[in-house]
Amino acid sequence: MIAAQVAQNIFFYVIAAVMVGAAIVVVTNRNIVRSALALIVVFAGVAAQFIILAAEFVAVTQVLVYIGAIMVLVLFGIMLTRSKIGRDPDSTNEHWWVGVITALLLLGVMGYATIDYFGDDPLPAERQIAEVNGSNTATVSDAIFGQYLVPFEIISVLLLAALVGAIVIARKDR
Amino acid sequence: MDDLLVNQFLLLGAILFCIGVYGVIARKNTVLVLMSIELILNAVNINMLTFGAMHGDITGSVFALFIIAVAAAEVGVGLAMVLIIYRNRSSVDLDDVDSMRG
Repeated sequence: MIAAQVAQNIFFYVIAAVMVGAAIVVVTNRNIVRSALALIVVFAGVAAQFIILAAEFVAVTQVLVYIGAIMVLVLFGIMLTRSKIGRDPDSTNEHWWVGVITALLLLGVMGYATIDYFGDDPLPAERQIAEVNGSNTATVSDAIFGQYLVPFEIISVLLLAALVGAIVIARKDR
Repeated sequence: MDDLLVNQFLLLGAILFCIGVYGVIARKNTVLVLMSIELILNAVNINMLTFGAMHGDITGSVFALFIIAVAAAEVGVGLAMVLIIYRNRSSVDLDDVDSMRG
């Protein structure tokens, strides 16, 4: 059990380091396509962290929706708006230091709050929630189609509205 | 180092969130701002699942799935708006979208 925990810890820190590096590339690189590709690395890392947290269904959904659909949309957005492919020295505005100050202040407050409150609280070693059929996926589907049925239906209507809205906004013949 | 801590996941989420906030403030290109917003939403999802695992409760997973669905809707509408801004102004720089400046 201890060996498994150590392995999970090593995987966590390796993936987290890659994610933070890729996220910094996303917000600082002057090449917009490189930013988009680094964002794919961040999404894949998030999916890997979900696996460590034993949320395998959310991890698969993350890969399908974010890497499969949202990144394709973003790349289409880059191509259709003819952003400068290649180095664009003008991609960060002149008040970027305001962003640095805001982000560092926010990180300080959030980091202090979590370290102060949670300290060394461990995650439970057995993270599968086995109320139904012994797997997290079964429990998730049971919760979505039971307790959270109304929010789920509202999300469905929201997705339909967003789809129709996007088509209406982006249509050419008006 | 023999236990996964709640804090290491929460701090990872906080770091990603702050990087996303920096991107929203500092970037000029609207598509890059949308990408930074996706970073923020992912950071929130990590926190959701961490608290779910901490309490042994499935609600975290359910709401992470809802956030993923809302993010998909958001990026679809957002990119449609970026497209129409580009069509009207031939530019996606946020500094050029200032017709409502007082």
